Amino acid sequence: MSRHDTALYRKELYTPFNLVAGIILIIGCVITVLRFTKGLGTVTHLDDNYPWGIWIGFDLLAGVALAAGGYVTSSAVYIFGMKRYHSAVRPAILTGFLGYALVVFALNYDVGRPWRLPYPFIMQQGTTSLLFEVAACVALYLTVLFIEFTPAALEWLGLRRARNIVTKLTMLLTIFGVVLSTLHQSSLGALFLLAPSKLHPLWYSGYLPVFFFVSSIIAGLSMVIFESTLSHHYFADKMDKTHLEEKEGVALGFAKAASLVLAGYFAIKLIGIAVDNNWHWLATGYGLWFLAELLGFVALPSLLYAVGVREKNLTLIKWTSGMTVFGIILNRLNICLIAFNWHLPYAEKYFPHWMEIGISVFILTIGVLVFRFIVTRMPVLYEHPDYKDTHH
Amino acid sequence: MSISRRKFLGWIGAAGMGTALGTSAKAASNKAFTGYPDSMGVLHDTVLCVGCRTCEAACSKVNELPPPEKPFTDLSVLDTKRRTAVEAYTVVNKYEHAGKQGKPVFVKKQCNHCLEPACASACFVKAFAKSKEGAVTYDPSVCVGCRYCMVACPFNIPSYEYDSAFSPRVVKCTMCHPRILEGKVPGCVEACPKEALTFGKREDLLKIARERIQKYPDRYADHIYGEHEMGGTSWLYLSGTAFGNIGMREDLGVKPAPELTAGALGAVPIVVGLWPVLLTGIYAMSRRKEKIAAEEKEQAVAAAVAEIEAKADKKLADVRAKAEKDLAKAEKDKEAAVKREVQKALGEAAAKHEEKAKTETEEES
Ligand code: SF4
Ligand code: SF4
Ligand code: SF4
Repeated sequence: MSRHDTALYRKELYTPFNLVAGIILIIGCVITVLRFTKGLGTVTHLDDNYPWGIWIGFDLLAGVALAAGGYVTSSAVYIFGMKRYHSAVRPAILTGFLGYALVVFALNYDVGRPWRLPYPFIMQQGTTSLLFEVAACVALYLTVLFIEFTPAALEWLGLRRARNIVTKLTMLLTIFGVVLSTLHQSSLGALFLLAPSKLHPLWYSGYLPVFFFVSSIIAGLSMVIFESTLSHHYFADKMDKTHLEEKEGVALGFAKAASLVLAGYFAIKLIGIAVDNNWHWLATGYGLWFLAELLGFVALPSLLYAVGVREKNLTLIKWTSGMTVFGIILNRLNICLIAFNWHLPYAEKYFPHWMEIGISVFILTIGVLVFRFIVTRMPVLYEHPDYKDTHH
Repeated sequence: MSISRRKFLGWIGAAGMGTALGTSAKAASNKAFTGYPDSMGVLHDTVLCVGCRTCEAACSKVNELPPPEKPFTDLSVLDTKRRTAVEAYTVVNKYEHAGKQGKPVFVKKQCNHCLEPACASACFVKAFAKSKEGAVTYDPSVCVGCRYCMVACPFNIPSYEYDSAFSPRVVKCTMCHPRILEGKVPGCVEACPKEALTFGKREDLLKIARERIQKYPDRYADHIYGEHEMGGTSWLYLSGTAFGNIGMREDLGVKPAPELTAGALGAVPIVVGLWPVLLTGIYAMSRRKEKIAAEEKEQAVAAAVAEIEAKADKKLADVRAKAEKDLAKAEKDKEAAVKREVQKALGEAAAKHEEKAKTETEEES
C-alpha cells in the first residue's frame, strides 16, 4: 500500500461514527475485565430479590424477540411461497443470526459461571425446567441460522459447490427454524409461569407463552421493516436493482401482516384479562401502565400500520415499525423487571447500574459493526452476479 | 353462567394457539404428591418465639458463616425488615403490634423446604433436589449461576454470591442436612431456648400443631402454614394471628410449582410433532398454487401469442391481397398505357409514312 492510500484509509476510518463506536468498545472492554475479575456485584445492581436485570430483560428477552425476523421472513418466502419478498430474506437471516449470537454472548456476562453453560447438556439435563428448553432451542437455532447464512459467505468466498449443497437444505432448515422458534419464543414467556406470586396479575397469564410467541412475529415483521429503512439509508449503494424494487413491496406487505397480527395480539391480551377476570386491576397505577403498553404500543401501531398501508405512506410505516419495536422491548422489560416483584416497596426495586447499560450498548455496537462488515463485503443486500436466477 | 363464560373465553384463546398451551398433566388428579414418607420437618410456633436471635447465631456457627457487623445479641437489628442473605441463611423479623394485646410477634424465616420445590423444578442442571430426609439440597459443582431458581422461589429465599468472580454459589438454609445424616437435629432447633422450633417427622409435626390449635383455640389461628401452601412445605408454622399480618403471603395457592409449567412443557411434543406436518402441507399447497399459476400463465401467454399471430396473419394476408390487387391494377394500367403508346406510335408512324409517300409523289411529278 502506498503512502497516499494509507492516508486515505486513515481518513475514512476516522468518521464520527467510528470514533463513538471505538469509545464504546474501549469502555465495554474495561467493564468486561471488571465483570470477570471482580464478579457481578461490582458491575451490576442485581440483588437477591432481582436476580435478573436488563441483561436478561433486554438482551435476552427483547433480543430474542427482535431477532425473530429470520424465521418470519424465511417462512413467508419459502413456506408460504411469497417469492416477491425474496430479497428481504438474506438481511433478515443475517440480523437473526447476529441477534442470537449476541444473545448468547450477553448470557456469558450474566450467568455466574459462563464456562459451565454447556453443563445442562453434558452433565445433568434439568428437563423439568423451561429454561432447559430455551437453552436447547436457542443453541440449535443459532446453528440453523448459521447454516442458513452460509450461502452468502460461500458466494463471497467463491465456493460454488459447497454453496449449492447448502441451498438444497433450505426447506428443511426453514421448517426446523420455525419449530425451534415457536418453542423457545413461547418458552421465554413460560419461564414466568413459575412466578405467579411475583409478576403482576395483569401481566401474568396462563397465555404468557402464546403472548410471547405472537408478539415475536410482530417484532420480527417490524424489525425487518425498521432495519431495511436503516440499511437503505446507510448502505443504499450496496443494494441491487431487485432489492430496491422489492423494498417498497416488502415494507407494505410486512406492515399489513404486522397490523393484522397486532390486532390479534390485542384481542388475545383482552381475552387473557377476561379469563382471569382481572378488569379491576386496570384502575390501579399498574393498570394505567398496562393500558399505556396495550393501547399505545399494540392498538395504536396496529392502526397506524393499517393507515400506512392504505395510503402507501412509507414514512408512516417506518415510524410505526420503530414504535412497535419499542413496544415489544417495553413489554419484555415490564414482565422481567417493572411489573416483576410488584409487591416490593419502591426503594427495593431494581434500577440498572450504568455499567450494565454499558455492556448492553457495547454488545449492540458489536452487532452493528459486524453487520456493517458483512453487508459491505458479502452478497446480502444484492445478489451475487454469478448466482442470479438460482432462486431455490 | 360465569363459569361457562370463562370456559368459553378460555376456549377461544386456546383455539388460536392451543398447541403452545396444552392442559396441565396433573389436572385430572385431586391428590398431590405429599412428600416422601417419614421425611423430616420443623415446626415453628411463632406464639412461643421471643425474638432472641439465638437460632441466627447457631445457624451462623454450624454453617461457618462470617460474623455479622452487629453481634447476634443486638436486638435493634430486629427493627428493620430483613430477608435471607449470603451471610444469613435465616433471619428473625419483628411484627410490631401483631400479637395478642398489641404485643410484637417474631417470625423466623429460612428455606421452607417445599415438598415439590419451585427452585428444583426451575433448575436446568438439577442442582436442587428434594432429599428423602426432607431437606432441599443444592449441588454447587454443577450450578451454572443462571439464578432462575431465585426467580422461581415463591418465598424469596435463595441468595447469590454476587461478589464472587470465580465460584459464585446460590446459598440457602440446608435444613442442616449433613447434621441430619449424622443423626443430629438442625443447629437452630437445638439452640432455641423457648422450644419455638420442633424438629421431627412432618406427619408428627402436623399432629402436634393440630393438637395445639385444638387445646388453645384462643391462642392460635386455625391454620397450619405450610401444610398446603405451594403444595406443602417441610417447614410448618403456627401463628396467633392471620399469617398475612406477620409477613407471610396467603395468596400463594395450593398448587405445587411443577404444575404451573406442566402445560407449557406438555406442549413441546405437540409443537414438534404438528408443526413440521402443517408447514410441509402449507409449503406443498403454496407450491401447487405456484405451479397452477405458472401453468395458467403459460396458457395465457400461449393464447395471447396465438391471437397476435392470427391477427398478424390476417393483416399480412390483407396486405398481400391488396398488393396483388394493386399489382393487377398496375399491370392493367401498364398494358393500357403500352397499348396506348403503341397505337400512338403506330399512328405516328402511319402518318409519317403517308407524308413521306406524299412528298415522294410530289417529287416524282
Ligand atoms: S422455599 Fe424456596 S428455596 Fe426453599 S425449597 Fe421452597 S422454593 Fe426452594
Ligand atoms: S442458579 Fe444454579 S441452582 Fe439456580 S437454577 Fe441456575 S443452575 Fe440451577
Ligand atoms: S436448619 Fe440449619 S441451615 Fe437452616 S436455618 Fe436452621 S441452622 Fe440454619
